Amino acid sequence: MRFELAYKPYGLHAILVAWPASISETILQDVLAFKQTVLESKVQQVSEVVTAYHSVLVIYESAYSDFNREVALLKAIYASKAPYKALIKTLWRIPVCYEADHAPDLEALAKAKKIAQGTIVKKHSSAVYTVYFIGFLPGFLYLGGLDAQLYMPRKATPALRVEKGSVAIGGEQTGVYPSVSPGGWHVIGNTPIDFFDATKETPCFAQPGDRIVFYPVSLEMYNDIQTLVKGGVYQLESEVLND
Amino acid sequence: MIKVLRSGFYSSIQDLGRQGVMHYGVPQSGAMDRYAARLANMLLGNEETAAVMEITMTGPVLEFETDTYICLSGAEMSPKLNDSIIAVNKPIKVLAGDVLSFGKLQTGFRSYLAVLGGLLTETVLHSRSMYQGITKQVTLFKNDVLPIASSKPLNTMHHANIRPNSTYLTENRLAVFKGPEFGMLSREQQEHLLSFQFSISKTHNRMGYHLKERLEHNLGSIITSPVLPGTVQLTPSGTLIVLMRDCQTTGGYPRILQLSEMAMHTLAQKFTGQTVRFKLL
Repeated sequence: MRFELAYKPYGLHAILVAWPASISETILQDVLAFKQTVLESKVQQVSEVVTAYHSVLVIYESAYSDFNREVALLKAIYASKAPYKALIKTLWRIPVCYEADHAPDLEALAKAKKIAQGTIVKKHSSAVYTVYFIGFLPGFLYLGGLDAQLYMPRKATPALRVEKGSVAIGGEQTGVYPSVSPGGWHVIGNTPIDFFDATKETPCFAQPGDRIVFYPVSLEMYNDIQTLVKGGVYQLESEVLND
Repeated sequence: MIKVLRSGFYSSIQDLGRQGVMHYGVPQSGAMDRYAARLANMLLGNEETAAVMEITMTGPVLEFETDTYICLSGAEMSPKLNDSIIAVNKPIKVLAGDVLSFGKLQTGFRSYLAVLGGLLTETVLHSRSMYQGITKQVTLFKNDVLPIASSKPLNTMHHANIRPNSTYLTENRLAVFKGPEFGMLSREQQEHLLSFQFSISKTHNRMGYHLKERLEHNLGSIITSPVLPGTVQLTPSGTLIVLMRDCQTTGGYPRILQLSEMAMHTLAQKFTGQTVRFKLL
């Protein structure tokens, strides 16, 4: 599948490539395939390619001299891209404790939505989420695939402190806070897994296109896993997906 | 070594920032005024990527434990070595035991201290730039000890042809490019944006500068998309946020302008109440 793309200058050091304005798996696959093709074609001077839902920012090491020439190059790369590129995808299983100690907003959310707490947990932990991109905070995954019954507008006043590992719902999205931060999402659980480790050459285990599954664990289990994570010996459950 | 006797208002270690890690959600960081940071390094013959101290509004008090050379650039903060006033944009010889301090802020807002061979603090993800959650420290504190290269002679050949420019410190026009969503504004809104004078609000830091005056508009949010330092975002309330070096990697507000590099240096030298105008390149 090929889309009509818009190419826009972004200062003198970057070019923004935009797909039609919608959020979909089809666009995500095309965005990721384009990024991969740009990186593989080793365009001179490209220092980084950043992706989001429906856009790609190509960043150059120094100012390009001719915008139209660079766009022609990117268009040729898009045209040469295989219609479908099988990217290696990983499914990551993330343990989450949804018990009250770690779920400060679960009760209020259940009341507001008129859904039993157990049902919220069940719905949240039975979906397979897609990683669209990483942004907002180092290691914050933008996930798609939240059950529509769990949609909930962000808090009118953001909480000043959301704990590291908080699993939360905001609007039509769910996500994990990789570090302590202010935040307006509703916290329904917490994971002991580190989503960002600045000491590693690859600081995030997950990448765009990967899948995430959350599974409920007891408080005891949470504490055990946390001990293993802190000791650097926890083995995250994952499997490679072929499709 | 350099010992921090007093930290000043907000002093941190910065270089030219992190490259290639934006896709992990990691901000670029680095010196807010890269021109001044580069200049201070060049005048000492350092690599332009050498780490410097970024000094904001009120200077620290620093004691040198090693003989070395230093150079200050950017904001003029009445620097003194022991009891003598020293010049900016000039290599200065420093002896072990000397104390560097600062006085009144004269022009600009951020000053840069380069040390011969660079400051050798921790490197995380290929940069020494301090940032929350990346480096152990985000700012400097009293009693911090900063490692520096051992003393060596200064190669004065490096700065023979450098002519420092200070006019950008007091400039109030910011040279900008159209941002990806500039075209979503009406002709009238575009004209207002480019003719109004905007003042710096109280909210300004390494992440962004919020401007005070509002631009009336009816634009909604956009689908979250990448942003860069220098991106001017239009919030639903009509206020403008100019993203700076520590900004997030993605955002959901329309990106109506993009600052030129020089405009970023200029804005980094502004503070609450000062005014700027956007000038389309």
